[in-house]
Amino acid sequence: MLSANAVLFTALAYVALLFLVAFVSDLRSRKGWLALVRSPVVYTLSISVYCTSWTFYGAVGSAARNGLEFATIYLGPTLVFVGWWFLLRKLVRIGRIHRSSSIGDLISSRYGKSTSLAVLVTLIAVIGTTPYIALQLKAVTTSFQVIADATGTSLLGIPTRDLDIRTGFWVAVGMAVFTILFGTRNIDANEHHHGVVAAIAVEALVKLFALLAVGLYVVFWIAGGVPEVFALPTSAAVLQGSDTFGIRWVALTFLSATAIVCLPRQFQITVVENADENHLRTAGWLFPLYLFLTSLFTLPIAIVGLATLPAGSNPDMFVLTLPMQHDQSALALLVFIGGFSSATSMVIVASIALSIMVSNHIVMPIALRLPRRSAGVSGDVKALLLVSRRISIGVILLLGFAYFVASAKSDALASMGLIAFAGVAQFLPSLIGGLYWHQASKSGAFAGLLAGVLTWAYTLLLPSFEGGAIPATFFERGPWGIAALRPQALFGAEGVDPLVHSLFWSLGVNVVLFVAVSLCREQKPLERLQATLFIDVFRNPADNEARFIRRSAAIDDLYVLAQRILGAEQAHRLFRDFARKQGSRDDLPQPDTEFIAHLERQLAGGIGAASARVMVSQVITGETISLEELMKLVDETQQVIEYSQQLESKSQQLQTTARQLREANQRLKALDAQKDDFLSQVSHEVRTPMASIRSFSEILLSDADLSHEQSTRFIEIIHNETLRLTRLLDEILDLSHLERGELTWTLEPVDALAVLRRAVETCQGMADGAAATIAVNGETGPVEVLGHGDRLAQVFINLISNAIKHNTGPSPRLDIRSSVADRRLIVDVQDNGPGVAAADRDRIFAKFSRTWASDRPVTAGAGLGLAISRAILRRMNGTLDLLPDTGQGACFRVVLPLRQTTGTAVGPAAGEQL
Amino acid sequence: MSARVLIAEDEPNLVESLSFILSREGCVVSAVFDGESVLERLRSDRPDVLVLDVMLPLRTGFEVLKLIKTDPGLRGIPVMVLTAKGQERDRRTAEDLGADAFVTKPFSNQDVVDRIKRLAGA
Repeated sequence: MLSANAVLFTALAYVALLFLVAFVSDLRSRKGWLALVRSPVVYTLSISVYCTSWTFYGAVGSAARNGLEFATIYLGPTLVFVGWWFLLRKLVRIGRIHRSSSIGDLISSRYGKSTSLAVLVTLIAVIGTTPYIALQLKAVTTSFQVIADATGTSLLGIPTRDLDIRTGFWVAVGMAVFTILFGTRNIDANEHHHGVVAAIAVEALVKLFALLAVGLYVVFWIAGGVPEVFALPTSAAVLQGSDTFGIRWVALTFLSATAIVCLPRQFQITVVENADENHLRTAGWLFPLYLFLTSLFTLPIAIVGLATLPAGSNPDMFVLTLPMQHDQSALALLVFIGGFSSATSMVIVASIALSIMVSNHIVMPIALRLPRRSAGVSGDVKALLLVSRRISIGVILLLGFAYFVASAKSDALASMGLIAFAGVAQFLPSLIGGLYWHQASKSGAFAGLLAGVLTWAYTLLLPSFEGGAIPATFFERGPWGIAALRPQALFGAEGVDPLVHSLFWSLGVNVVLFVAVSLCREQKPLERLQATLFIDVFRNPADNEARFIRRSAAIDDLYVLAQRILGAEQAHRLFRDFARKQGSRDDLPQPDTEFIAHLERQLAGGIGAASARVMVSQVITGETISLEELMKLVDETQQVIEYSQQLESKSQQLQTTARQLREANQRLKALDAQKDDFLSQVSHEVRTPMASIRSFSEILLSDADLSHEQSTRFIEIIHNETLRLTRLLDEILDLSHLERGELTWTLEPVDALAVLRRAVETCQGMADGAAATIAVNGETGPVEVLGHGDRLAQVFINLISNAIKHNTGPSPRLDIRSSVADRRLIVDVQDNGPGVAAADRDRIFAKFSRTWASDRPVTAGAGLGLAISRAILRRMNGTLDLLPDTGQGACFRVVLPLRQTTGTAVGPAAGEQL
Repeated sequence: MSARVLIAEDEPNLVESLSFILSREGCVVSAVFDGESVLERLRSDRPDVLVLDVMLPLRTGFEVLKLIKTDPGLRGIPVMVLTAKGQERDRRTAEDLGADAFVTKPFSNQDVVDRIKRLAGA
């Protein structure tokens, strides 16, 4: 049987287990067994610290209240990990090279290692995280309370009405102890908190397992299957919840995407605790998968909870109350532990991240400004830092507890989470601007951040205390009764969702000031240097810094400084290693610029870039930042970019040219081959009649005994063959002229049908000889085209005589049809002969492509007729084609455009009028 | 001599002139006009010498030559290839395929007669 005490002891046992995990992992990593803690899977699981008790309990509550809105919380991070992977990679790379210890450190370092900016970012982070920590406390205490109420048991005899405050307090204390024990072992940010990360990873598995277990139980045991869930009447209410995909939806997705980058604890896990940049690749798909599994059962649990639990039940607790209502004690206990895991992991990581920021950016600068009590003792700074971190953790949890008490009246977990999200979203402009915009300056970042966070506090944080610390009239009428200043309706922006309203004003003010001030105010040299090193981080390793800042110092001073911050042992190791790198056998390196830069980076890993710079500056005897070198670097970068762009366009040009040349060469080769072919064909065509002429001439010359008839016949043959040769040469010249476009005739209006009739008449004798009939059909009146009468006649005669010559059928017949369509004259010459063999169809228009006929007449041409005809028609903007085979002889088609009538309004051409 | 010569040539005038000069030398001349008929005639009425034009309809002279020289029954017939394509490439093709003589158009009558006589005598 479940009782409040049993739950408490299970929770304590679970915490003990976490202690063990953290302890063993720390032990292992110190012995150098890093294989497990440095795996990409552990890294990804630790990123899931994003899923706090808000998502564990609050997502279901959000789904029950606002339908699909809960999905935005998962959608944003998924978009970042899948689509903005390059941004995370840049952050991780910068974080490693510049040894950033927190998001505040990274921003301050980017803007000239500014202390004031670091302080501001830290304050914002603390203010923004406090509601979030309160949210976790609230979730844990509420879950305790639910169990106590439901089981009718009391926790350690405390009366139920006091339960929330007291449990909240003790949970906060417990978390503080755990965090101090495992989160403040060492000061160097880059010495990862292996123990904590391992514990977080275990918690990630526990909370996922608990959610999946309760989800499966609810869907398959309580509801009886997936379709049954969505058949419940409450499902419609949930699925058609308020304005899904509206402006609030967009704002929430944007916020959660921002949060995964800007939340201090996410920065701590994703960037600072990152051991290997390649782990991001795994996280790129595994983390979205984790989110997907986490959100898988949210809707069903909300639907079933609304349907089966009594009205008025807190939807934030459905995950817990559903199994309890069905007396599933073990499952309820598992859920409680899952929720407890979500809360503790968030609180631990967040308080570590915040304590680092507080100690590095607030305590250290103050300590540095205090008058020096004595010459530094070895490790004194380190001790100060560790103590201040431990105290910070306590203070931060106390703050969270205070907020928890102050805002006790508000029920919803999700709205508290969103307040925190909107707070840290103020980092976004400075962060993104710092990574991609050279001109972004410290003043701009400072102004934007400050204005943004003030607006956020006024419009969103303050209203969360409504009814508690601040009277409701303040919100209804505005301060001093000024309506334009009402926190949730600034300048008359009424009727807008409070979150969207706040986000619009705060980020708007933030971005505008950030950009405007950055544009107005000149950057300091160090800012400019850091900007270049950050933005071009993949081109400029941090070692480049030595190029621009020339510093000198006494090695002893540096050594004392390092000892104070890092401790004796680590300082000795650092100096010895660098001395070896310089090639010295001595344990102390040369204190050159490069070493000082290296040392400063190492110190920055512990105390933050700004403080490290201040401390190093205290022992530096001379420093010059070479502006000239800096400008050169910017120029070089610019030049490299321009040069590579030029190269790219040049190489593209070259590729294009090469391709054109290749094509031209191919065309030339083809032409050359055609020319060779042509010559060889000409030679063949000339040699054949020549052979007859020579042979018969020799006969006539050598034989005196020839009869008169014989000699006459032989001379006749010689004569015919010379005529054939002449014809051949004429045709070749003609074709050559046509192909080269040398017109010896001009285009003039011609009546194409009259020309056709003339051609038919000319061929009539030949047709009679072959016993062929010619039928002419179609258009009768004049059809004017632009052409040349004799040349057009030549084309028609060629087609008709071909049709007669190649028609071997028993009753040769020619059908000539003319028609006008589409402002074109079409003349088809159809015969009923054998047609053109498929193999010959493509080449009959080529030169010398005479198809062989066994009974070729002596008058046969050299095979240039169709080629010439086609060339002639092309001159007249017409075409000549062989129509597709229909099995009824060959059909050649002549198409000629009608002559354009010069009048404008006449309309149809002459042919069409008739 | 009374060698039997078959002329495979599609130019009627050349068939006439070749027939005239070979008959005058005492040959018995017959002619076919395309590549298909050559092979039929060779089998039905085997000549002593074949004059083979390259550019024949239906089947080119080279195809015919290849069939003759790979047919054990016809391989023995001497073939004189006659072509208007005077290129070296064609001469080599003819030789590779086993032509016994190669004459380009226009030809000398005496040359043709001498070669035919030599082929018929061999």
